[in-house]
Amino acid sequence: MPAEDVILDSLTKNRVEFVTTVPCKQLAGVIEKIDNDKRFMHVPSNKEDEGMGLCAGAYMGGKRPCIIMQNTAIGVTINSLVTLIQYYNIPLPMLISYRGEVGERVACQVEMAVHTKALLAQINIPTYHFHHADDALELDGILNHSFMAKKPVAVLMDAGFWRAS
Amino acid sequence: MIRSDILKSIIPVITNELVICNIGLPSQELHMIDDQPSNFYMLGTMGLCSSIGLGLALSQKQKVIAIDGDGSVLTNFGTLPTIANNVADNFILLIIDNGSYGSTGDQPTYAGMKTSLTEVARACGCETVIECAAADTAKTLELALTSGKMTIIVAKCESGNIPVPVIELDPAVIRHRFMEEVSRRNG
Repeated sequence: MPAEDVILDSLTKNRVEFVTTVPCKQLAGVIEKIDNDKRFMHVPSNKEDEGMGLCAGAYMGGKRPCIIMQNTAIGVTINSLVTLIQYYNIPLPMLISYRGEVGERVACQVEMAVHTKALLAQINIPTYHFHHADDALELDGILNHSFMAKKPVAVLMDAGFWRAS
Repeated sequence: MIRSDILKSIIPVITNELVICNIGLPSQELHMIDDQPSNFYMLGTMGLCSSIGLGLALSQKQKVIAIDGDGSVLTNFGTLPTIANNVADNFILLIIDNGSYGSTGDQPTYAGMKTSLTEVARACGCETVIECAAADTAKTLELALTSGKMTIIVAKCESGNIPVPVIELDPAVIRHRFMEEVSRRNG
């Protein structure tokens, strides 16, 4: 099964119904599938911190949320993650394209890649790195963990993962 | 009229509604005047009031009023196109526009200069945008609630603040009691 389908099925299995996205080339396939799938309310965001506000509202309205975004945006979301998502104990799975890893063609993407894990570690966000196609099978458990703990979790999906899937 | 006067004047209209309230003094004023489980107070995260409100409105059936400010909307400008393109007819965004960043010392905002948030909201595609004078806010809000249409209200008022205590409720408590209320109202 393609990784995109494993991702969507894992979201549904964990009763995620509200998805916001900010585009990335690596995420084009999964975003298109989310947009065309009636299991999900898809509300694209203009910026990732805005998306986290939407997700917080959706969660309080009874719809489990998820944000799909690129790792270069981690910096602009730190305040939202800390003072909204973490401070109010709101679960939020973040499915993140891990640009700037091995296989990257755009040198500038590496500049944020070298900070990505350090920033997530600094704010105590459980972080999982998908590199092989089979890693997508872990997503079900990771989503369950996020909603159980009422915490944000980050899933970094690198070029190898998308190429293999 | 200043923001706290507007808040006092709209209490009879909003007291039975789900309210998301902007960070800083607006939340502290609302908490002091009319604390309710149906109020969600933002303790941090400048700018996201309208986004939280829209997410909530899209996810359940009850009406939602987001009480935001001009400075906050300027901080999260991308929110207006998102609101315009994801219509939730149970959503009202009330922007109390005092032309200043009230909670940080009344520094002027661009909304108090050349930039009209009313025109911006319209240009972003929001279909029902009403600008009103401070004294007309309660009446305008009441009409918007009965209209069944997503409405952006820009209420123009003077800059200024009143002394208010900080909110000592734990954030998890604010969120938990608010969610219980949302759940109860949605049956």
